Amino acid sequence: MENNKESISLFLLPPESLTRSQKIRKFFQEKKTQKHVTIILFSVVPLLLLILFTYLPFGEMVKFSFYKMKYLGKRTFIGWQNYQEVFHRSDILKALFNSLYYMGAGVIQLSMALFFACILSFKTPLKNFFKATLFFPYLVCALAVGYIFGFFYSRGLVLDSVLGLFGLSKGTLPYWLKDRSINNWSIAATSIWRYQGQSMVLFIGAIQAISPEFFEASSIDGATRWQQFQYIILPSLKPIVILNFMLMVKGSLSAFEGPYVLTYGMNGTATTVVLMHQLAHEAGKVGLASAMAVILLIIILAVTALQNLIYSKFFKGE
Amino acid sequence: MGTFLALLPLVTVLFASFKTAQEYATTSPLAIPSHLFTYWENYIIAWRKARMTLAFRNSFFIIVFTLLGSILTGTMIAYVIQRFDFRGRLLLRNVFLLANLIPGVTMQVGTYKIMSNLHMVNSIPGLIILYTGTDIIAIYIFLQYFDSIPRSLDDAAIIDGCSYIKIFFKILLPLMKPAIVTVMILKGVSSYKEFYMANLYLQTRTKYVTISTSLYTFTGEYGNQYNYICAGVIITILPALVLFLFLQKYIYNGIANGAVKE
Repeated sequence: MENNKESISLFLLPPESLTRSQKIRKFFQEKKTQKHVTIILFSVVPLLLLILFTYLPFGEMVKFSFYKMKYLGKRTFIGWQNYQEVFHRSDILKALFNSLYYMGAGVIQLSMALFFACILSFKTPLKNFFKATLFFPYLVCALAVGYIFGFFYSRGLVLDSVLGLFGLSKGTLPYWLKDRSINNWSIAATSIWRYQGQSMVLFIGAIQAISPEFFEASSIDGATRWQQFQYIILPSLKPIVILNFMLMVKGSLSAFEGPYVLTYGMNGTATTVVLMHQLAHEAGKVGLASAMAVILLIIILAVTALQNLIYSKFFKGE
Repeated sequence: MGTFLALLPLVTVLFASFKTAQEYATTSPLAIPSHLFTYWENYIIAWRKARMTLAFRNSFFIIVFTLLGSILTGTMIAYVIQRFDFRGRLLLRNVFLLANLIPGVTMQVGTYKIMSNLHMVNSIPGLIILYTGTDIIAIYIFLQYFDSIPRSLDDAAIIDGCSYIKIFFKILLPLMKPAIVTVMILKGVSSYKEFYMANLYLQTRTKYVTISTSLYTFTGEYGNQYNYICAGVIITILPALVLFLFLQKYIYNGIANGAVKE
């Protein structure tokens, strides 16, 4: 391991024959070589993986976006044409627009999570049971979610039966996943079901980190639950709520699983990533898909920049 | 109310999974089946059709090796970044942190090309390596955790003549246990659930099926025979449910700790 030339001579001599200063020098040289070896040894694999699966694909994608190409075969350089096509294809613009449904659902999801987190932070009967059932959907895998809600939304099945109990007849109800006026909301609602519990657990963690003294002192002063929420919980949760909001926006922009497993993007439900996947892997339009991805990444990075701006503005020194 | 809404889709699926074909066709989805927990025919058919034995085995391998890989690489790079001073240290750190800002799913057009060039499509080790190398959240958590371990420990060990590698494996790694548990939970959940890459990179489903792609069998052929499909759904949910019931506390903590990442 120690192939540092200077130190070799010191290593070859038997230890007894070294002077004290030589011994100290040897010790440090040994450490220094060892340090470099450790750094290289420990970084090489993670760094290689990072480059291979993050930076290299990114570079490839940017390059692809200027070509008319498939994964295999001939490619032709076409300059900015893919980017022009992105802004002129109605299906791509619609897919970008569809993110708004997921953001809408995301706002509901975070509000619900905040609400349940507050309730479950106080002593509530059956607290653990409620927490567990609200959280568990997060652990269900995407394809199962697809079938669960395929079943749920099917004509005459679960949702229709439940609404039937309230006297709504089948004829007046829409086809939840086909009807273009409602299907995006139906799919977005499944993402509330999936992710609400995760946000709730995050918020509960943050509420538990608030010192209980605040609650004790305020209830001695006669504060109501609502006042406690308004003046204690909300201000201390602000950073994590904003963080989750930003993550939600990014997640909505890259929404994929819900529409892919429920409708395969049909009837106007394709999101950007669903469409990108279909263009690249089925239609053989890798260049166009790459241009979409690059634009999507630019939007996502802009959101991230905005997030950092908000943080540095409002939470300086916290 | 919330609990009702959370449970309704799951409970109706459970009901359907215990109904005979005829019962399924004639009763309301909200009706409790007459053979709840006694009629297993749907499960047997779903298990066989979806190649669940293979799916469970594959998923198990993928999760175990992904966890090993990401814990090892994550702690190693965090150790280098947090404990050594060298030129390029900050650059190295930022290169990793920057990668975390980008949702991996948006890069797959490029990643697919790399994967196929490396002959890692349709290969379980290939998918494991990809999982290890993406979703860098583990590194974040380890970086933060290293901050809380006093440096004096390292210094004392160095004076005692410990090598850096020995310090890492013998002293620091055992102390990282809480962070490792957090990463195991987060990464375990994500690689169990992960669908996009498993779907894209393990294309020969007869051989490389995983829990998260196993239900694909039911597309088309079974159309809307939801009594079989629902049994399949319950089978894929069950391992998550069992682990969740046993590890509830750890899972909540893991999720909550994963949040402070930015």
